[in-house]
Amino acid sequence: MSIDRVNQLSSTCVRRRFALAPALLVLGVTLLCGTRAMASSGGEVVTTAAEPGSLLEVVLFYAVATMTIVSSVAVCMSKNIVRMALWLFMTLASVSFLYFLLAANFLASIQLVVYAGGTLVLLVFGVMLTNKSPWARYTPGKLELVGAAAVCSVLLVALWLVFLRAEWSRLPGAFAGTSVADLGRSLLSVYVVPFEVAGVLLMIVMVGAAHLARQDK
Amino acid sequence: MTIGVTHFLVVGAVMFCCGLYTMSTKRNAIGILIGVELVLNSSALNLVAFDRYMGAGRLDGQIMALFIIVLAAAEAALAVGICINVYRNLATVDVDKATQLRG
Amino acid sequence: MTQFSVPWQPRPAHPYGMASRAVIALAQSVYGFAAPIVSRFPGAILISAVIATCVGVWMHSVLFGWVDTQLIQAAVTLPDYTPPALSLLSPSTWGLTPSVIHALRVDETVAASVAGLLDYVLWPVQFWIVRDVVGLGALFGLFNVIPVYVIWWERKVAGRIQSRLGPMRVGGWHGWAQSPADGIKLILKEDLVPAGADGPLFRLAPYLTIIPSLLAFLALPFGATYVLRELDVALVFILGVLGAEVVGVILAGWASNNKWSVYGAMREACQMISYEIPMGMALLVPVICVGTLSLSGIADVQQGGWFSWIAFSNPFCFAAFVCYFIASLASLKRAPFDLPEAESELVAGFVTEYSGFRWSLFFFAEYAAMFVICAIASIVFLGGWHSPLPASWGGGLGDGLLARGLTGLLFSGPIWLMFKSVFLLYVQLWLRWTLPRIRIDQVLYSCIQVLLPLTMVLVFGATVWTWASTGHNALWSTVEAATRIILGSIGLVFIGGFIAIAGYGFYHRRRMVGNLVQDVMPGS
Repeated sequence: MSIDRVNQLSSTCVRRRFALAPALLVLGVTLLCGTRAMASSGGEVVTTAAEPGSLLEVVLFYAVATMTIVSSVAVCMSKNIVRMALWLFMTLASVSFLYFLLAANFLASIQLVVYAGGTLVLLVFGVMLTNKSPWARYTPGKLELVGAAAVCSVLLVALWLVFLRAEWSRLPGAFAGTSVADLGRSLLSVYVVPFEVAGVLLMIVMVGAAHLARQDK
Repeated sequence: MTIGVTHFLVVGAVMFCCGLYTMSTKRNAIGILIGVELVLNSSALNLVAFDRYMGAGRLDGQIMALFIIVLAAAEAALAVGICINVYRNLATVDVDKATQLRG
Repeated sequence: MTQFSVPWQPRPAHPYGMASRAVIALAQSVYGFAAPIVSRFPGAILISAVIATCVGVWMHSVLFGWVDTQLIQAAVTLPDYTPPALSLLSPSTWGLTPSVIHALRVDETVAASVAGLLDYVLWPVQFWIVRDVVGLGALFGLFNVIPVYVIWWERKVAGRIQSRLGPMRVGGWHGWAQSPADGIKLILKEDLVPAGADGPLFRLAPYLTIIPSLLAFLALPFGATYVLRELDVALVFILGVLGAEVVGVILAGWASNNKWSVYGAMREACQMISYEIPMGMALLVPVICVGTLSLSGIADVQQGGWFSWIAFSNPFCFAAFVCYFIASLASLKRAPFDLPEAESELVAGFVTEYSGFRWSLFFFAEYAAMFVICAIASIVFLGGWHSPLPASWGGGLGDGLLARGLTGLLFSGPIWLMFKSVFLLYVQLWLRWTLPRIRIDQVLYSCIQVLLPLTMVLVFGATVWTWASTGHNALWSTVEAATRIILGSIGLVFIGGFIAIAGYGFYHRRRMVGNLVQDVMPGS
């Protein structure tokens, strides 16, 4: 590589650095919207931060929904398993923002803690432990791809048609916001049996996973 | 123009179909797991959306979504354990190669 | 040409673009202006900066609070009032016009020359978008300043602990401009992606680490009214976003296509997901005692001085504070748990292949996360923004503007939260430079076999304690008060010992640095 080429490369690097300015602008706008999307808590009860029916709510919903859809399509289109995991992370994070838009703050935070922080790291851990070469690819047959794509798109269209025609019936009573205290109360009263069963299940899974992944057999 | 339950259901449906496609086309066991996570997330999203727009304010949907998150974590832990075990025995996590039951 | 010469020649002058040259010129002029002044009056500058920050924060709260309580309340009674909306396009959503504001302002104490101007200053404050932009700007500024100066401080602390001086040259007074200078150097450095690395992921990974720690600031309250988004689950949210930081680290390690990086990333992954559990459990202990997940709610119950802080409210919270601090060190990958970037084994772990701007992003994320973790510790355990002085001492101050300012400075204000967080940050630095690094199996052992059972016992004990104190039993109230006094006194002994030792060290600082250094570098 000649010295001119080196100079040219480094100067493009420096110039490209300042292409960061628009990126920072985008980041700022995203943060601003994200802040507005995070539901506000008036005292105990959480309601949506954007007024229902306002322009802000519509804009936020379409932005976050686009992010979710793009990243979940990217999950199934990626060939590389680590990129799949990255796109899954994006999907999980945007689903957590959708939860914020639905005024489910606690669920959104738990989604971040358990899914994005725990489950995803576990998956990436699995990838790293089981890939001999990080670039290993497992390619499916053409016919299989076409078949799966056909089935999935037919299913999607069918679901869409159902959603358009469906007349959902509301339960009596109105949504009055979420509060963590209410969630906790119903977990320990109405749902106490599933709650305990989930606890036992987690215990069994912990023992089972430790046994399965044991080094010395 | 207001955002209703249908909007969230469509997002959920797209995620579900992507998860289905991932599960049926990937050969890597962990890839299949990633598809399962997508499907689970889409159903949790639907439950929360129904709870927000159609529910009686009792937060049943959110609690179901919490249970889904718990189950997904448990499932991922076990499945990664199984994948590591399969890899130790067969030196691959290609699900088509794992055809023998004896470890 | 000898055999030792390399085919390299000095680069022709300035291959930089216009923007780079502007940055360099700006930095040079600021430095040329500030360095002599700062070297001349370091103490005065420091004190006036602190006072200016306090005054700015106080002005901000007075202005926003006044618009909320006086102006908007007065305006709601107007016949044709519509609340300001997102769109600024139609006149009906412009909110209160300056002339209406002028009519509503009842205090005529402001001089006539600035009174007209004040209407135009107050007008934008009624729109949420302006408030959010101001808040985000302030948080972003804080997010930039904290890492830069914590890094400088860490180098000073490390120097003193190892009988050195640390950075002394840049800027004159104790190398105060060292970190900004390093930052400019890193920004202008060549931007390398190793051959064989996964390019897009390699470039993306630093941003995936820095955005979560920036997000954590959104829900972090600095004072009773200083929070960008008041979340009822702020504690879980901040833990969640800080936990998501690990994804960027793992991707960085993997995308570098380097063995050391992958080892660092794997260690980080297993350390992070194991230590999140004791960390969350330790935070559950005060949450059980208080009954809310909102950080503002937790801080509100700790009003009234040293003995009402949660850490001293019962023995379980006291132990949980210690457990939380240890677990947070591990999940921040700070020494003695800094296995992911262990220099002696892994070159630099997941940052081995990084250089320049991207490398600095990892450190920004790390130091900002350190600050957030310390701020949570001070809010949850150490009284948040309430000072150790009993609040009753401030009763005679009244309710004037000056009294509000003094209350903010002495009894409850952001300055106290910053002070406590910075103290805990200092403890982190101190531990880093005094303790040796432990092995990875010891790291996991201390998590799974020590901290996890311990925090489980603490959660159980806190439940029992809370259950016992709901009865309003007279005997139990005495036990509670006695516990507070005993634990608070233990805390006082600790802090008094710290101050005594630090004071001894400061008094004998010349002897500690050593005569040799003293001769070479006078004024140290």
